[in-house]
Amino acid sequence: MNAGSVSKTTTDAQRQARYNSRKRVNTLALILAQAAMAFGVFWLIWILLETVRLGLGGMSLALFTQMTPAPNEVGGLANAIWGSVVMVVLATAIGTPIGVMAGIYLAEYEPRGWLAETTRFVNDILLSAPSIVIGLFIYALVVARLKSFSGMAGVLALALIVIPVVIRTTENMLALVPAGLREASYALGTPKWKVITLITLRSARAGVLTGILLAVARISGETAPLLFTALSNQFWNSDLSKPMASLPVTIFKFAMSPYENWQELAWAGVFLITMAVLGLNILARVLTRQK
Amino acid sequence: MSSVLPVDENSDAVRAKTMPPQNQSQRHQPWISGVLADRIFGFFAKGAAYLTLGLLVGILLSLVVGAWPAIEKYGLSFLWRSQWDPVQEEFGGLVMIYGTLATSIIALLIAVPVSFGIALFLTELSPAWLKRPLGTAIELLAAVPSIVYGMWGLMVFGPLLAEYVQTPLQSLLGGVPYLGALVSGPPVGIGILSAGIILAIMVIPFIASVMRDVFEVVPPMLKESAYGLGATTWEVVSTIVLPFTKTGVLGAVMLGLGRALGETMAVTFVIGNMNQLTSLSVFEAANSITSALANEFAEAGAGLHQASLIYLGLVLFFITFVVLAFSKLLLLRLKKSEGAKS
Amino acid sequence: MVETANAPSASKISVRNLNFYYGKYHALKGINMEIPAGKVTAFIGPSGCGKSTLLRTFNRMYGLYPEQRAEGEIILDGENLLTTKKDVALIRAKVGMVFQKPTPFPMSIYDNIAFGVKLFEKLSASEMDDRVEWALRKAALWTEVKDKLQQSGSGLSGGQQQRLCIARGVAIKPEVLLLDEPCSALDPISTAKVEELIAELKNDYTVVIVTHNMQQAARCSDYTAYMYLGDLVEFGETEQLFFKPQRKETEDYITGRFG
Repeated sequence: MNAGSVSKTTTDAQRQARYNSRKRVNTLALILAQAAMAFGVFWLIWILLETVRLGLGGMSLALFTQMTPAPNEVGGLANAIWGSVVMVVLATAIGTPIGVMAGIYLAEYEPRGWLAETTRFVNDILLSAPSIVIGLFIYALVVARLKSFSGMAGVLALALIVIPVVIRTTENMLALVPAGLREASYALGTPKWKVITLITLRSARAGVLTGILLAVARISGETAPLLFTALSNQFWNSDLSKPMASLPVTIFKFAMSPYENWQELAWAGVFLITMAVLGLNILARVLTRQK
Repeated sequence: MSSVLPVDENSDAVRAKTMPPQNQSQRHQPWISGVLADRIFGFFAKGAAYLTLGLLVGILLSLVVGAWPAIEKYGLSFLWRSQWDPVQEEFGGLVMIYGTLATSIIALLIAVPVSFGIALFLTELSPAWLKRPLGTAIELLAAVPSIVYGMWGLMVFGPLLAEYVQTPLQSLLGGVPYLGALVSGPPVGIGILSAGIILAIMVIPFIASVMRDVFEVVPPMLKESAYGLGATTWEVVSTIVLPFTKTGVLGAVMLGLGRALGETMAVTFVIGNMNQLTSLSVFEAANSITSALANEFAEAGAGLHQASLIYLGLVLFFITFVVLAFSKLLLLRLKKSEGAKS
Repeated sequence: MVETANAPSASKISVRNLNFYYGKYHALKGINMEIPAGKVTAFIGPSGCGKSTLLRTFNRMYGLYPEQRAEGEIILDGENLLTTKKDVALIRAKVGMVFQKPTPFPMSIYDNIAFGVKLFEKLSASEMDDRVEWALRKAALWTEVKDKLQQSGSGLSGGQQQRLCIARGVAIKPEVLLLDEPCSALDPISTAKVEELIAELKNDYTVVIVTHNMQQAARCSDYTAYMYLGDLVEFGETEQLFFKPQRKETEDYITGRFG
């Protein structure tokens, strides 16, 4: 538009120029952000595709029925799968009650007391601590004392990883339960422990269950804590006092080896673990959404 | 007051009134056991909390006790000695500490900008229908066990890196004085660079989802006022969102750093497991604390070798503890300021 | 200092010199009142006057929160509720409460009612069925839910949920029923139903109701207490308080000059 004075037109042009350069900066930033997003998704897709491609090829019934073989021999992953299942189930069974009880303490008994604040802090440290250090701890506590690697030591190490996860989710879910529900129960004369277990915990059960599922998914894929607790075992073993094979450790051993059949089995194992972990995570999401 | 109850209710009311009420004496008293049950339950709950505290203390204690022979022999000099010889019983942690720090720094250098971009995309740019699935995809990626990354890195990524990145880089920078040294060494796809990149890919979803959560804390009205003044998306992010969340962003980065430092499997597969620091090249095989532990601990005889490895574990735990404590403080600060401002 | 006209006949609850604190804040100042047995007493007053606070002392609900504390005497059946050695759960079984917001437990309608009963009494299955039916009839909810007793309590409408909570409260056969603004979250039709209920309930229980709705107090109660900023300003028979209030403050509130 043709305004009167020269200075106003110049200002318009200046404004336009400034806006153009701001626009350029913005467009650049947005392109970079989109590139970053694509970058992230790209790796996910590639890794999953490769896992499926290389792992699916090794899938067969033999995988579930035959033991881990010697190099260059035919075999499966049966004992590793069994060992993983046993250890994960037991670790969850041990870790969940402790985690839930501690979560109950944090949410329902003196949430602002010194014990609660300290426990929260410590729990967050434990949650993100290197899992291999947990393995060292159990080694010193159990393996060195008993002078042998054992499935039980592996179970304990995994349980120590379950506990912080369950504590965190239990506390968060319990805290979401409205105070009115608790008060209504107290008003009927319910003792505290029944209010917690029959009303509050029940009200939050979907969220707490989700937390447990996520903990299971987490320990299913953990390798480091098992490396020097449960060690590994070439054969089928149901005895918790002896070393036990597990899927992650077996994969580690096989993948780092130069033998082709071992590497194939490692890929199949990776495929199994990935599917299990993703499945559990998706299940956990479905559960939360249903609530 | 007259009730206007429908006829049906009236007959119900009559019936209800004629039912004999139970009197107080029939109320039974389970309260002796009620109070006891409360005490027992509370005891267990409190005990579980104490157990958690005890775990941390126990871990620290067992690490110190286990590492004691090495602590006694080397003291702090362990941290800068680079000799690692199980045969001669001479140990020093420099190689592993360097490897841990170098891989983590490389990982962060790649992961932080990318995570930032992803968080930016998810909060400001993404169309609504894409937000949920992409956010879920990122979170699922964070849940994939690290052994998958490690194996993929060794079998798939490493060779590709060797062929398409390392070899060309070497031929390009081979003669150049300092940079050449950085890229020397056998281009077989293992080494600090490989480990750093794999670690970055592993850590990105983690940092991205925390950053996204942090960005979403910004009150929409704050952003809308800026948009209303005619600011571009980038300007809103850089002048409003980032300053508001800077402690949270830093906390997210530190959280990712803690994760990267403690990661075992993603690193062990590709780092090369060599306990010598002969050159500064990022293509050379090296070692990190976690991979040294993973590879050597099970066979290390009780004695100085094992104690030195545990000493390494103690160092790692200490580093991650400091980083995590710091990040937690930062994230707490952000939460408090959000509470005050909103 | 309280003006009491026509002192009630028999007292169910005697409040003597009750002081209540939220931390340092002095919320109730030297309350003295007698809650008559078998009648409906209403607490009215502007927001923040302390009526809900007072109500919640009668069943020691404040005990859940460490920064809240009460001093003085609340005598129920010859015992001081505030200092008694008896377990607080027993008190709460005697003095039932219904809250402002309906809070059905995460279980079936049947279990909602049975929950409180199971705490204190051992009933056979058929006895429990009878009790549940009795409670639901008392709350005027039976005909609406008798075919879906196993369905979740949260599937009911707001008004039905509140009546469920009332049924839950009467099922344990308390002696006193405390209602904390029971209709404020309900639509007018449900409100009317609940008010009818209150008239019914006073035949078997002593009812104390907190309400910010003066017309409701005038309709439903036999005695009314007017409170302001933690003080009990006036207490008397409802008709008398509303038509011939003894204190000017009471008159101001009732005629709508403030609050």
